Parts: sequence; structure tokens; C-alpha cells
Amino acid sequence: MIYLTRKCEFSASHYYHNPEFTPEENRRIFGKCNNPNGHGHNYTLELTVKGEVNPKSGFVVDLKDLKEILNREVLDVMDHRFLNKEVPEFAKEIPTTENIAISIWRRLQSTLNVAELHRVRVYETPDLFVDYYGEE
Amino acid sequence: MKAYLTKRYRFSASHRLHNEEFSNEQNRATYGKCNNPHGHGHNYALEVTVSGEVDPRTGMVYDLGALDSAVERSVIERFGHENLNCVRDFAELVPTSENLAKKIFEILKRELASVALDRVKLDETSQNSFEYAGGSELRY
Repeated sequence: MIYLTRKCEFSASHYYHNPEFTPEENRRIFGKCNNPNGHGHNYTLELTVKGEVNPKSGFVVDLKDLKEILNREVLDVMDHRFLNKEVPEFAKEIPTTENIAISIWRRLQSTLNVAELHRVRVYETPDLFVDYYGEE
Repeated sequence: MKAYLTKRYRFSASHRLHNEEFSNEQNRATYGKCNNPHGHGHNYALEVTVSGEVDPRTGMVYDLGALDSAVERSVIERFGHENLNCVRDFAELVPTSENLAKKIFEILKRELASVALDRVKLDETSQNSFEYAGGSELRY
């Protein structure tokens, strides 16, 4: 089994807010991230797929295909977007790094037909990242 | 939905690698430059990974503010800008980064009672790093 990781970057804004909480609870739990005008990050996505090496091509996955799927399913959807307002799942779910990693996993799981997903790692900043390995 | 959250912290400290049970020659042979009696320092980087179900109300595995304050209080204040050989934890333990990583894991395991601590990773320099998962295999 070989693991291959492809990295890409996207920039987006978000804010954290749960309409079931009072304004005070929202401010207390989410702090500065509750600013309704949003704030932004340069996110880095590391997508790890796994599989056996194809003996003819020497590849575990054709990187051109992987890049095209990442562009279509993730970057076109999230890059330079306000996640709460422009990405359908974040109309209801809070676009935390955890939920962004899960959302990317789900988007890729249903479309990635060229390799098996292993891990989605999303960096919100160089000092904060989340790993998601699917349902465990 | 279980997710793994990692936060990176930094602290600086000095240490000297020396074992009283070794002869001077053995200490020099084992620890090389790190045996310099005056000690030397590093800028350490510490990654702390916790895991759990994502809380549907907050979208979070754990409160980052609580994680930051636990690490700050129990690790950074304890080891940051200290001579590790003079810290109680290393009174009878050589302050290698292996031992420091294990010690930090044990401290955080006690401090972070309400969340699963998965691993700590300690970068001693940009070229040496040490990971400890409480004796478990690392989750790749």
C-alpha cells in the first residue's frame, strides 16, 4: 500500500454562530470568531489517498485526475468564498475546521473514483489543523 | 464523526544531557556536545493532538481556548525559559527530548481529563522530532 498526499491552498472567510444559542452564549463560546461580518484564513488542504502501485504506470493515482477533482469539488466551491453564505452545507453547519475537513471528505468520497481516500487534513493556520479519516 | 485536532505551541529551554551513573568518558561518548556542563538551549515546537466526536452544537472537538490555557499553564509555564535539568521532573531523569515528550504527554493526560489526548510531537530543532502517543502506535 502506498500513500500519496496532494496539497492545495484556498482562502475563505467564515464566522461561527449557532442560532440556537443566545447572543451572549455565542460570544462566550465562539469569541472573536462570532463577528457576523466574518473573517478569513488561508487554508491548506492535504489530501492523502492510498492504493497499490499500478505496475504499468508506476502510479498509485494519476495526479492530473486528482488535481482536476480537487479543483472541481473543493477549490471551485470554497476558494475566495464566504463559507457560511456560499457553501450549502454551511448554511446549517458551523464552518469550523473540523466541519470543513468533514465536508471535504464527503465531497471527495462521492466523486473520487480514481483512488481510495485515506485522510483529509485541513490547516486553518500553520499552527492549527484537523485530521479526518471518515467514519470510525 | 470523530476528528483529530492539532495545535502547535512554542517554548524555549536549556538542558544538558548527562547521566550521573556514567563515567565522564561514557557521558561524552553517549551525549557528545549535549554533555557540555554549561548546557545549551533549543526553541522547541510542541504539537498537541486531541480527538473526539464533533459537537453538533459548536462544530468543535474541543474548546481551543481551554486547550490553549491547559497547555500554557501546565507545560509552557513549567518548561518555557527554564533550565530543564533544574526542573523537578528531571531531577532524576535525563532531559532528552524523548523524556520531555513523554513527560509532557503524562502532564497533559492529567490536565485534559474531558477529551482524548492522542499524541504529542516535540520538535527539538527543525531536523529532529519526537512523537509519543502514550505507548500506542501512531495513527498515520
